[in-house]
Amino acid sequence: MNETLKSLRFTFLAVIAALFVSAFIIVITDIEALGDGNFGQAFNTLGTAYWGLFKGSFGSLRAISNTITGATPLLLAGLAVSSAFKAGLFNIGATGQMLAGAITGLWVGFAFQLPPIIHVPFALLAAAVGGALFGAIPGVLKARTGAHEVITTIMLNGIAGFTVLWLLKTELFKREGRDDAISKFVEDSARLPKLFWFMGKRIDLLAHTGFIVALLATFAFWWLLRKTTLGFEMQATGFNQEAARYAGMKTKSLMVVSMAIAGAFAGLAGGSEVLGLYGYASGTVAGDIGFDAIAVALLGRSTPIGTLVSALLFGALQAGGRQMQVDTDVPIDLIIVLRALIVMFIAAPLLVKAIFRVKGDAKAFGQTFRGWGG
Amino acid sequence: MTTAMPERVVSAEQRKRARSVGITYLVLAMVCFFVFTRRPGDAGFRITETSQFTLPAQGFGWALGIALVAVAAAQLLRGFGRLANVVLALATASFFMSFLAWAAAGDSFSFVGMLQDTVSRSVPITLGAIGGILSERSGVINISIEGMLLAAACTSAIGASLTNLWLGTLIGVLTGMALAAILAVMSIRYKVDQVIVGFAINFFALGITSFISFRVLVPNRDTMNSLLPVTPIRIPLLADIPFIGTIFFDQTIFVYFSFAAVALATWGLYRTKWGLRTRAIGEYPKAAGTLGVDVNKLRYRNLLLAGAVAGVGGAWWPIGIVGRFDQNITNGRGFIALAAVIFGRWHPVGALCGALVFALAEAVRLKIGNFDTGIPSEFLIMAPYVVTIIVVAGFIGASRAPKAAGQPYEDQ
Repeated sequence: MNETLKSLRFTFLAVIAALFVSAFIIVITDIEALGDGNFGQAFNTLGTAYWGLFKGSFGSLRAISNTITGATPLLLAGLAVSSAFKAGLFNIGATGQMLAGAITGLWVGFAFQLPPIIHVPFALLAAAVGGALFGAIPGVLKARTGAHEVITTIMLNGIAGFTVLWLLKTELFKREGRDDAISKFVEDSARLPKLFWFMGKRIDLLAHTGFIVALLATFAFWWLLRKTTLGFEMQATGFNQEAARYAGMKTKSLMVVSMAIAGAFAGLAGGSEVLGLYGYASGTVAGDIGFDAIAVALLGRSTPIGTLVSALLFGALQAGGRQMQVDTDVPIDLIIVLRALIVMFIAAPLLVKAIFRVKGDAKAFGQTFRGWGG
Repeated sequence: MTTAMPERVVSAEQRKRARSVGITYLVLAMVCFFVFTRRPGDAGFRITETSQFTLPAQGFGWALGIALVAVAAAQLLRGFGRLANVVLALATASFFMSFLAWAAAGDSFSFVGMLQDTVSRSVPITLGAIGGILSERSGVINISIEGMLLAAACTSAIGASLTNLWLGTLIGVLTGMALAAILAVMSIRYKVDQVIVGFAINFFALGITSFISFRVLVPNRDTMNSLLPVTPIRIPLLADIPFIGTIFFDQTIFVYFSFAAVALATWGLYRTKWGLRTRAIGEYPKAAGTLGVDVNKLRYRNLLLAGAVAGVGGAWWPIGIVGRFDQNITNGRGFIALAAVIFGRWHPVGALCGALVFALAEAVRLKIGNFDTGIPSEFLIMAPYVVTIIVVAGFIGASRAPKAAGQPYEDQ
C-alpha cells in the first residue's frame, strides 16, 4: 500500500474514532431519555444529529455553499498560523491581524468610488497590508527585544479588539443612526462577487469569491515555501535558528517578514469577511476564527494542502453543526468537541493504530512548534 | 564566594536595556504632564470602611512628572547600579497611583477593595501558571492550562451543587488530573506533538463544557448548577493589621492555597531532590536518564500534579467566587496564565508576580470603568495589554525556557 493511501486510512479511522466518542457523549448527556430508560430515543437523537451534520454540510448546494463560506476565513487565518509555524513562530494573534485587515479593507471599501475591477483588489490589498503591518509588530518586538510572540500576540489581540470597538463608534466608521459598534456598508463596487452568481437570485447561497482569494493565497504559500529563497530561509530559521544565522541568514529580519506575511494572510481573512460575507464590520467580525485557525494549522501540519483540507473539514463541521442544532436538541458546541477529537486522533496515529489494531507502521507527527525558543 | 568582587562588567546588552529604561521614564513623565494633570480635584482612596486618604490629582501628576524627569536624567547619565530595580518599582508604583488619582479625581473609590479583589482574582492565574511551570519544567509544553481550568470549573460546579464544596473541589482536581493524564499519555507514550495535544485539550474542554452547560446544566439549573461559594476566612491577628490585613488575610481558602502552592513549588523545585530531578529532565533528559532517573515516570507524576493544581484553580470560579458555572467562564485566563509563566521566566514567584499584575489590571478596569475620564473607556481597558507588552519588551526581554520542553523522551 502506498504512503498516501496509508495516511488516508489513518485519517479516515481518526474521523471514525472521533465520531464514535462524540456519539457516546451525545447519548450519555441525553439525561431525560436515559432517566426514563428510553435508550431507543437516545439513539434516535444520535441518528438525527449525525444525519443533520451530513445534510447541513454536503446535502445540498446551499449546504456546500455554507461549508465554503465557513471554510474561507478559516483557510486564510489558518495560513496565517501555518506560515508563522514554518518560521518557528507561534502566531496566536490571527484574531488581531484579522481585525486590522477588516478595518483597512472596510475603509478602502467605503471611502473610495472606483469601478469594481479596481476597487475589489484595492480593498483586498489594503486588508492584506493592514494585517501585515499589525502582524509585523510582534515580529519587530521579538527581533529587537526578545519579547515572546505568544505574550505579545495575545496582548495585541486585546488591543486590536478594543481599538476596533472604539473605531467603529467614531464618525468616520459608524453607521448613521446606530450607537453600537457597527460600521457603515462598503460600496457595492468593493463587494466580492458571489461564488454562485450563475445560480441567479438565490440569496441563500452566501459563498463568495473570497474563497477563490483563499485558494490563491494557499497557492502563494506553497509557492513561497517551495520556490523562493525567502521561503527556504524562513523554514531554515524555523528549523534551527542558530544554524540559519550561522549560514548567514538574517534571522531577525526573517522573523519580522514572516510575521508580516502571516499578518497579511490573516488580514485577507478579515477583509474577505467584510467585503465578501457581511459588507460591513462589527466588533465580532473576527469571532473565534483566529483561535480555530490554530487548530486548522495544527491539523494541517502547517502545510499548504493540509491547511486547505482541514479548513474545509472545519467549515463543513460548522455548517453541519448548525443544521444538527436545528434538527435536534444537540447543541452546536458538540462540533468543537468533534474538532478537538479529530485533531487529537489524527495527531496520534499510534493511538489510532492501538484502538483499531491496525497492522503496519504509523509514524508519529513531526513537531510543529520547536519549543519556546530563546 | 570568597574571591573579591570583580569590577562590574557592563555588557552592551545591559547598556542598551538601561537606556531603554531611561527613555521609558521620560515617556512616563510626559504622560504625567500631558494626561494626569488634566483633571482637577482630589481623589479619595478609601482604605477602610470609614477612612480614606486623598491625593490631589493635578499636584501629584506635576510632582511625579518632575521627579520622573530627574530619575530619567540620572538613569541615562550614570544609572542606579544596584538600586535600579528599587527605583523602577517605586516609579511604577507612583505612576500607578497617579493614574488612579487622575481617573478618580473629584471622586473616591475603595482602594483596599480593589487590591483585595486583585489578590482574589490572581488565584486561577497563579494556580494555572504553577500547573504550567510544573509541566514545562519537566519538559512538557503545557498549552492546555485554559482547558484544565475550564473543565475543572464545570465539573466542580456540578459536583459541589450535588454534594458539598469539598467534594466539588476534589472533583475539579480530579478533572484537571484527567486532562493532564491525556496530555501525558499522548505526549509521552504516543509522542504526539505537545502543542497539538494541548490545543486539542483546550478545544475539547471548551466544547464539552459548553455542550454540558447547554444540554444538562441549563435545564437542571437548580439541582446541578447552584451553590453557595466559600466565605472568606479571617486569619486571627494578621487580619487585624490595617490595610495589609484586609488585602491578604481576609480572603477565601483559595487565596491561601494559591500562596502556599507558590511557596511549596519554589521550595520543591529549588531545594529538594525531586526539584533537581524535575529541572534536569526538563533541561537535559538524557543526562538525567543516564544517571538513573526514570524520565517518563517523573514526567507522568509531575503532569498529574500540574493538573491537580490547575484543577483547584478552575474550582475557584464556581466555589471560590461565582457560585455557578457559565459557558466559557474562564474566558482566556488560562492563556493569561501561560503568559504569566513566560513573564515569570518559569519561576513560581515570577509567575505569581505576573498573575498579580494581570489581576490588578482586571480589578482596576472594574473600578475605573465607572469614572468618566473623558478618554474612551476602550483605551483604559486596553491599557493593561499595552503595559504588558512594554514590560515584556522593555524589561523582561527574552526569557529562556526549559531546553527540553516539547521533545518526547525515548529510553535508550
